[in-house]
Amino acid sequence: MFQSLLFGKLTISAIPYENPIIMGAVGASALLTMMTLGWVTYQGRWGYLWREWLTSVDHKRIGVMYLIVAGVMLLRGFADAIMMRFHQAFAEGAGHGFLPPEHYDQIFSAHGTIMIIFVAMPFFIGLMNYIVPLQIGARDVAYPFLNSVSFWLTVASAGLVMVSLAIGDFSQAGWTGYPPFSEKEFSPGPGVDYWIWSLQLGGVGTLMTGINFFVTILKMRAPGMTLMKMPVFTWTILVTTVLIMLSFPVLTVALALLTFDRYLDMHFFTNGMGGNQMMFANLFWIWGHPEVYIVLLPAFGIYSEVVSTFSRKRLFGYNSMVYATVAIAFLSFIVWLHHFFTMGAGADVNAFFGIATGIIAIPTGVKIFNWLFTMYRGRIEFTTPMLWTLGFIATFAIGGMTGVLLSVPGADFMLHNSEFLVAHFHNTLIGGVLFGYFAGYTFWFPKMFGFRLDEKWGKRAFWSWLVGFYLAFMPLYALGFMGMPRRLVHYDNPAWQPYLLVALLGGLVIAYGIACQVIQLVVSIKNRKALRDHTGDIWNSHSLEWSLASPPPFYNFAKTPHVESLDAFAHMKENGIAYRATAPYAPIHMPRNSWVGVALGALTFNFGFAMVWHIWLAAAASLVGMLAAVVLRASDEDVDYMLSAEEVARHEKNASAQGASPAGLANDLITQG
Amino acid sequence: MKKLWISLLFSLPLMGYALDGQCSQWTLLDPKGPIAADEKHLILTALGLMLIVVIPVIVMTIAFAWKYRTGNKEATYAPKWDNSHAIEAVVWTVPAVIITILGVIVWRSTHDLTPEKPLASSVKPLVVQVVAMNWKWLFIYPEQGVASVNKLVIPTDRPVSFQITSDSVMNSFFIPRLGGQIYAMAGMQTSLNLLASDVGTYRGLNTQFSGEGFSGMNFETKVVTSQAFNDWLAGVKDYGKGLDSIAFKSLEVPSENVKPAYFSSVEPQLFQTILQKYQADDPKLRTSACVAPRSLIQAKN
Repeated sequence: MFQSLLFGKLTISAIPYENPIIMGAVGASALLTMMTLGWVTYQGRWGYLWREWLTSVDHKRIGVMYLIVAGVMLLRGFADAIMMRFHQAFAEGAGHGFLPPEHYDQIFSAHGTIMIIFVAMPFFIGLMNYIVPLQIGARDVAYPFLNSVSFWLTVASAGLVMVSLAIGDFSQAGWTGYPPFSEKEFSPGPGVDYWIWSLQLGGVGTLMTGINFFVTILKMRAPGMTLMKMPVFTWTILVTTVLIMLSFPVLTVALALLTFDRYLDMHFFTNGMGGNQMMFANLFWIWGHPEVYIVLLPAFGIYSEVVSTFSRKRLFGYNSMVYATVAIAFLSFIVWLHHFFTMGAGADVNAFFGIATGIIAIPTGVKIFNWLFTMYRGRIEFTTPMLWTLGFIATFAIGGMTGVLLSVPGADFMLHNSEFLVAHFHNTLIGGVLFGYFAGYTFWFPKMFGFRLDEKWGKRAFWSWLVGFYLAFMPLYALGFMGMPRRLVHYDNPAWQPYLLVALLGGLVIAYGIACQVIQLVVSIKNRKALRDHTGDIWNSHSLEWSLASPPPFYNFAKTPHVESLDAFAHMKENGIAYRATAPYAPIHMPRNSWVGVALGALTFNFGFAMVWHIWLAAAASLVGMLAAVVLRASDEDVDYMLSAEEVARHEKNASAQGASPAGLANDLITQG
Repeated sequence: MKKLWISLLFSLPLMGYALDGQCSQWTLLDPKGPIAADEKHLILTALGLMLIVVIPVIVMTIAFAWKYRTGNKEATYAPKWDNSHAIEAVVWTVPAVIITILGVIVWRSTHDLTPEKPLASSVKPLVVQVVAMNWKWLFIYPEQGVASVNKLVIPTDRPVSFQITSDSVMNSFFIPRLGGQIYAMAGMQTSLNLLASDVGTYRGLNTQFSGEGFSGMNFETKVVTSQAFNDWLAGVKDYGKGLDSIAFKSLEVPSENVKPAYFSSVEPQLFQTILQKYQADDPKLRTSACVAPRSLIQAKN
């Protein structure tokens, strides 16, 4: 009794001692964490870390922290991927690979969940956090504190996934978690609960981020920046936030109903008792398909910025780009059924969703042609971000084509649940989404840190990823035509094995690409003096973030810019008003840092963990704690301050003394003149 | 360099196809019945249509990148050129036309190939009831009164009308050489109509992940002449072992990589019983039906 009160279902046997692979992963993660914490302690940087980063409500700091989360989780998700490739390559006939089914099933479930929810999402949310307020000439987001809370909820839910490695297990039901398999009857362990709570709690954070950026973009643009003068990246983020606000609540509901089934013996999706598993599939994909565009549209925005900058030319067909983005977003809500044509909905329903899906190819095609015509009559520089973009256009064309194939119900009956499907969505998610995020990371890195990334290692990373991608996924297309279903832990067809060996080789080439990216970061930090960006506008680009120093001061704009045209900063440069002296300054209203975000994150993690293990007392205590933290925050009067005009002047002068601020540089010139 | 890589890599699957010499392992390209043949044709038509856009995109990417590289000072440079109504009209129209054509194809083919549609034939279809179980397939021939596990025997040139359900989680019933798949779900019945035109042995499988025994949930589809089919039925009739509720209960115990088994008789209405036990809202009704002891599954986990 006492034990169950304190520990719920949790016992010492929840730790998978007997599995050397899991324990190895746990050991390595623990060691890395300890080394990082130890290093921070040794350097005596805890105070700095706490004051300047963990409690920060500055969108730039939060953006960087999101990127770190995405990077760490990318390594975890990729470790899962390479284990699957190794396993399948040697799982033919007498060779049974090296993973038992219950472990393999957890790996593919974790891989999908992590890559979508904890890599793709924090990656673009990190980039948009840093860049969007700068692009629209704002000093921060609409709700800086909420931004911090969103971030810490994401960390808490990523933490839940990581902890499932060491304590208990993760879901075996795939990243989609279809019932009735994910019901208590078939998955009685804690795995599905870890999956539910990490998606649910992270989803709340994402929803709040969506609201935050929607309001920020609509209400906080610099004077003169009408909607049709917004940079395309900001446009795609605005549309993405709408998708988030409309679709995430559906996920919340679907997961909540599944939670009721599992925790309260209800029967929304169970076999029998009036439960309907088809309802979950519908709800899941009503969120799931817009989710695909939630991660894809920001990448489209990045490509638009990059292709225009490095073609040294204006973006072709800005209006078309905006309309196409909006059209894609609208259509993304009426195609969800194409994920299960094989459910037997009948010809009329299947044909409707098939045709609607095909229609998405039109605005997508328009975007691709507009990028191509941006390059046309340009002066193309093959920098790393541009290479990612070129690799994307060619690769994504193939992924789009296979997507349209899958949208034809009669063809999907053959290709559904096959390796062809796996190849298709990796084609769009790697060749479409990830390439874009890598382009954005390389493109905006100098803005964030004041020095650019090493080009040589960046190009090596690009070519490895590109070649590795084709090697890893073209064979899977072929395997789909050979009738190989996805998620096999073992197979008896020797004809498949050579293709899986090539896919493994591709995985290893991608591993080399990731290694290049790690080396690139280390080398760039080492050579940061040589790679320093003195101008703030290292790529000679067009939007407002480049008008600031790299990195920008914590208040972003000493004076709010006035926007007169699309490509606002390019327009300023052309008219000689870009680096105009900005003194005298006015006081700036700034938010104060807050520990409440961190506390809410920790309590959320506790709550999720307690719910997974049915430790009701701890779950209730965490809820009370959250409520208390929110009340404390709400009754705190001291949440902001005014940065005086003198201090702004001092900061701007310091920045100019370091030669890092274009505005400061201009100031100096004027002073000397 | 990049062009070479891309063409090499993209042609990899096709190279495999060419080297193979025979297309036996290319399941989807080697149909053994009219439905599968139509679906193959549909895949190739859609692929061809899409290539009209995809090939120019890839060629333009490489060509534009090369022609307008910084080093090529002879290429036209128009930094302010950002709009052209003519080009806009083309880039909206071409995909729209292709998708319209595809849309017509989708509408027609979806109605032609919808799985519940009976096939036109002078021969009366053979009814086979399919039950997905953990982790094997049960085939009931209600009109012949026999059943089999993980072995489907059907005659050539006679439509087969599958009635499909699940006694467990969601599964997907798929015989690639004969035609596309359909889900099997507890308490629900889905239909699939197929026809085999060539004698032979083809793989059947579950494509929807269903747990630990998923990978071994395959069955053999043996397509035989109608004479041989009758012989097979007679052989099974002589087999002696019937599928009554006790035998079904032991069949419900989860098992992996199950060898084929045959039943000379089947309890009448077994398929309906399996369907109905998941449709009952009353928990008592449900447990009184022949449900597998779930403790067995939980013990496994």
